[in-house]
Amino acid sequence: MDRIPILRMGRTLLVTVQVDMHDQLAVRLLDDLTTMITKTRARGVLIDISALDIVDSFIGRMIADVAATSRILDAQTVVVGMQPAVAITLVELGMALPGVRTALDVERGMEMLDDPGDR
Amino acid sequence: MTPAIADPARPVIRVEIAENEDIVMVRQHAREQSRRAGFSLLETTKLVTAASELARNTLEHGGGGHAELEVCTDGNRRGVRMRFVDEGPGIPDVDQAMRDGFTTGKGLGLGLGGSRRLVSELEIESAPGRGTRVTVVRWK
Repeated sequence: MDRIPILRMGRTLLVTVQVDMHDQLAVRLLDDLTTMITKTRARGVLIDISALDIVDSFIGRMIADVAATSRILDAQTVVVGMQPAVAITLVELGMALPGVRTALDVERGMEMLDDPGDR
Repeated sequence: MTPAIADPARPVIRVEIAENEDIVMVRQHAREQSRRAGFSLLETTKLVTAASELARNTLEHGGGGHAELEVCTDGNRRGVRMRFVDEGPGIPDVDQAMRDGFTTGKGLGLGLGGSRRLVSELEIESAPGRGTRVTVVRWK
């Protein structure tokens, strides 16, 4: 069964989406992340989507769901690396992803998660 | 809708939409046709995103069907035309279905209205019990 790997770095979970995800793969990722947050007591989730050339309403909703679910489980989610064309298209589609924190790259995303004052 | 003429040198690509993975196939062909039409990165991103939304509608609301994608021309203009066809229950109220937030499925209701903003032209032919045919064109 296809799965997107989740790496654990200390108390942060790192996900790099490198494939053109079909819907079930996105749903499975949400499930896996939720389980992992609880199991590893993670405080942060970093999702790198720099390899994605589109984010449609389904994947957009998955990202928003990860962010909302992790918040309830006392972990922060930061989405990094969204391509400018993807961001423009997503807003035009009607999804501004409110409540989802973003950073330009993995390094800045990590800084965001490390800074307790920023929580 | 502008009567776009299909380019005889560029055949219509037909993709069956019967399961989840087929949406990914539709996206790949939309990307390929955008490249053939000479679209910019942003134009490609918008077209592929619209293709994804509309293919999902065909699967979720139409119970599956097929998509046809082709490069089209109108004078000096070039574009990509995509048609999504299903034999599903049809849309009783097309105006209502176009509105953001209106949904009968699991989604956010951004599919039709959102797609409209990502393309140049969108046309829906549908009636209850007679299936749905959505045709979009994006010009370069």
